[in-house]
Amino acid sequence: MSIETKAKTDDATLITKPGAELLLDALEEQGVEVIFGYPGGAVLPIYDALYARDTIQHILMRHEQGAVHAAEGYARSTGKVGVVLVTSGPGATNAVTGLADALLDSIPLVCITGQVARPLIGTDAFQECDTIGITRACTKHNYLVTSAESLPRLTHEAFHVARNGRPGPVLMDIPKDVQFEKADYVSRNDARTRNCIVVPAPVSRDIQQAVEMLRHAQRPVFYTGGGVINAGPQASQDLRTLVQATGAPVTSTLMGLGAYPAGDPHWLGMLGMHGSFEANNAMHECDLMIAVGARFDDRVTGRLDAFSPGSRKIHIDIDPSSINKNVPVDLPLIGDAGEILKALLTEWQRRDQATPADRERLSGWWESIKAWRARNSFAYDKSGDEIQPQYAIERLYELTKDRDVYITTEVGQHQMWAAQHFHFMEPNRWMTSGGLGTMGYGLPATLGVQAAHPDALVIDIAGDASVQMTMQEISAAVQHDLPVKIFILNNEYLGMVRQWQELLHGGRYSHSYSASLPDFVKLAEAYGGVGYRAKTKQELDGKIMEMINVNKPVIFDCCVTKEENVFPMIPSGAAHYDMLMGGAVTGDEISDAGKVLV
Amino acid sequence: MSTLNASQSVYPVTVKQEEYRESILAIIVDNEPGVLSRVVGLISARGYNIESLTVAETDEEKHTSRITVVTGGTPSKIDQIKAQLGRLVPVRRVVDISEEKDSLERELALVKISSEGEARVEAMRTADIFRARALDVTQASFVFEVTGAREKINAFIDLMRPLGLTEVSRTGVLSIRRGAEKD
Repeated sequence: MSIETKAKTDDATLITKPGAELLLDALEEQGVEVIFGYPGGAVLPIYDALYARDTIQHILMRHEQGAVHAAEGYARSTGKVGVVLVTSGPGATNAVTGLADALLDSIPLVCITGQVARPLIGTDAFQECDTIGITRACTKHNYLVTSAESLPRLTHEAFHVARNGRPGPVLMDIPKDVQFEKADYVSRNDARTRNCIVVPAPVSRDIQQAVEMLRHAQRPVFYTGGGVINAGPQASQDLRTLVQATGAPVTSTLMGLGAYPAGDPHWLGMLGMHGSFEANNAMHECDLMIAVGARFDDRVTGRLDAFSPGSRKIHIDIDPSSINKNVPVDLPLIGDAGEILKALLTEWQRRDQATPADRERLSGWWESIKAWRARNSFAYDKSGDEIQPQYAIERLYELTKDRDVYITTEVGQHQMWAAQHFHFMEPNRWMTSGGLGTMGYGLPATLGVQAAHPDALVIDIAGDASVQMTMQEISAAVQHDLPVKIFILNNEYLGMVRQWQELLHGGRYSHSYSASLPDFVKLAEAYGGVGYRAKTKQELDGKIMEMINVNKPVIFDCCVTKEENVFPMIPSGAAHYDMLMGGAVTGDEISDAGKVLV
Repeated sequence: MSTLNASQSVYPVTVKQEEYRESILAIIVDNEPGVLSRVVGLISARGYNIESLTVAETDEEKHTSRITVVTGGTPSKIDQIKAQLGRLVPVRRVVDISEEKDSLERELALVKISSEGEARVEAMRTADIFRARALDVTQASFVFEVTGAREKINAFIDLMRPLGLTEVSRTGVLSIRRGAEKD
C-alpha cells in the first residue's frame, strides 16, 4: 500500500463509523431515550456500541414479545415512537405477536432485528430466518438494510413511516456485517427520505358540509376512537370543546377512552359488545353519527345490516382504506383527526350565532338518553363479603383517581370491567390491546409506561390467565427498579372463554379452568417483588393502599367471585338494541348464525 | 325501540351493486427489493384473485416500476384493494385502468398449433385475420405471436382451439394512458 492511499484510509476512518454506531447516532437524533430489547449473536455489535453510550437507556426484557409490548406501552403513554432491539431468528419471530398487536392498534414502533451476515443469508445459517418475509404482513413497512451507507437514511425513514399517517410498527433487519461495515453518517435533515406518507389537509367544502349536517341534526352522536389519542393531546382538547359547543353526546371505543373525560354529562361511556346501554342505543337511534378516528370494528358495530340504520354518517379517518370498509358512510373526511376537529370547531364557531333554540333542538334526544342511562347498565350485585371484580376496580379507581395514574390491561373479562368501571379523564392514560386482543400485553406494557413516567403510578389490571403469558417480565421490572403494580383479578378461570362457553356452548367448560395456579404472593417474592392478597371486601382498601405506597414491583392477587359475567353484552351476530343485560343466563342467547362469529 | 328501516341518507351512498367486474390496476411503485411480493401478498392475503400480472422497471431515473394487475371483484371490493394498495409505502399511485376512458391495454401471446391438412390452412388464415405472425413453422406445427387487448387474444385462442391448439404463453396485460399526460 502506498503512503498516499494509507493516509487517505486513515482520514476516512476518522469520519466514518461502523453501522452499529451510525444506527445509534440516528436513534439519538430521532430523540430515542429508551430501548426495550434482548441481545443475541446477530445484534452484538449494536449492543457493543450501546455499552459506551449513556444517552440511551436500555431495558433488558425477558422475552422479545415483552420487549415489543413494553415499547407499545411507552409509545401509547407518551405519543413518541417506541424502539425495540432484538436478535435474528427466534428473536425476530418472538417479536411477531407484538408487531401484529401494534399494527392493529396503530402504535408507532421501530423494531430493529439483527440478521445473519449478508453472505450467509439464504444458507439456513444459525439463527437465520426470513424476517422480512415473516413480518411483511404484521408491520406497516419493513427494510432489509443491505449496506451501512444506507443505514442512517433508512433509520430516519423508518421513524418517518412509523410516526406519520396512521402510525404503526416498522421493522429494520440489519445483517451483522452491515453493523461492522463503515460509512458516513447522514443527519435527519440531509437524509433524502421518500415523501411516502402524505396526509391530506382538511377540505373546507367538506368541513362546511359536516358543520351544516351537525347544525341540523336532531339526534347527533360523536363516536371517537384511538385515532383521537394518536392525533395528540390537542386533538382531545378540540374534541372536548367541539362536543361542548354542539351539545351532542359522545361515546368512545375501547381504544379511545380518555380522549373525552368520563363523568362529563355529555359522556355516554364506552360503546360496543360490552359498552353501555345508553351508548349503544344512542348509536342505534341517532340521525347523525360523527366517527372520529374509529374504524367500525365488528366489536363496535355488532350485526352490520342492523347498524345505526337511520343515521347519516361522517367518518373522520387518516387512513383512506378505513372509509367504507365495513360501513358505508355519507361524508368521509380524510386527514388527521386533530386538524379536522380543529377545522370543524372553527367553522362551528364561525357560524354559531348563539341561538338558544339550538339547544332545544337536542332536548328530545337528551330525554331519550336520560331514560337509557336510568337502566344503569353497568350495575352488578354487590351483596356478600366476597369481592366482585367490578367492585375491586371501583375501589382501585376511587383510591387512585387523585394520583398520576396509568392503567394497562391484559385481555378478557378484567379488561372489559376495567373499561367499564375505571374512569379516564385524560388521553394516553389507558393502554390496552384492542385490535389483536393479545393476552399478556399488560404486564410488559407497564414497564414501558413506567420507564417513560418514573414517578407515576402504573397499574396493570390483569387476569390470572393472561398474566401468566408474560409473567417473567416482572423480573425485568425488579432489575430496572420499575415499581409497576400487577393487579390480578383472580377468578381461576379463563374468564371470557368461560363466559362464552356458558352463553354459547351450554355451560360445557372445556379447558377453561386453570387448576394449580401459582401462589402469586410467593411468586412476587421469588422474583424479588412484593406480593399481596385480598379475599374480602374488608381488607381490600387497606391492601390496595399498601400496594400504592410500596415503591417496588407488586403482584396483587385479588381473589374475586369466580363466575361473574361481563354485562351488558351484545351477543355476536346481534344488533345494538339487542343487548343482554345480565341476570340469569338461559343458554339460548346466541343464534346459530352468531355462533360462528368470533 | 325502532324497527329496522332503510338508510335515510340524502347523500350519495356507495351503491351496493354486488356484480363481479374485472379490473385492470396499474400500480406505480418504487423499484426496490420485495415490492412485488408486498403487492401480490396484500392482494392474495385478503382473498382477492390475480388473473394476470406484469412488472418491470419503467423509469430508470425515478427508479419506478409499473405493475399491472388484472383482478376481479365487486366494485366495493375493488375500491378496498385500491385503498389497501395505496397504504403500501413503496406504492406511489394506483390507477384503475378499466375506469379510465383514455387508456390503452395490450397483451402478447405465443400460441402453438399442431395440426395437418385443412386445419393448418385454416389456422394460417385465422392468424392472418388477427395479424398474428408465425414465429416458428414445422411440418406439423406453428407458433404464432399475437398482440392485442385481452378480448382479442381470448378470441384468437378460442378460434385456434379446434384447429389443434396445444400450448399458450401470455405476457399478461400491459397498460398506458393515451395522449401526452403521464400516470
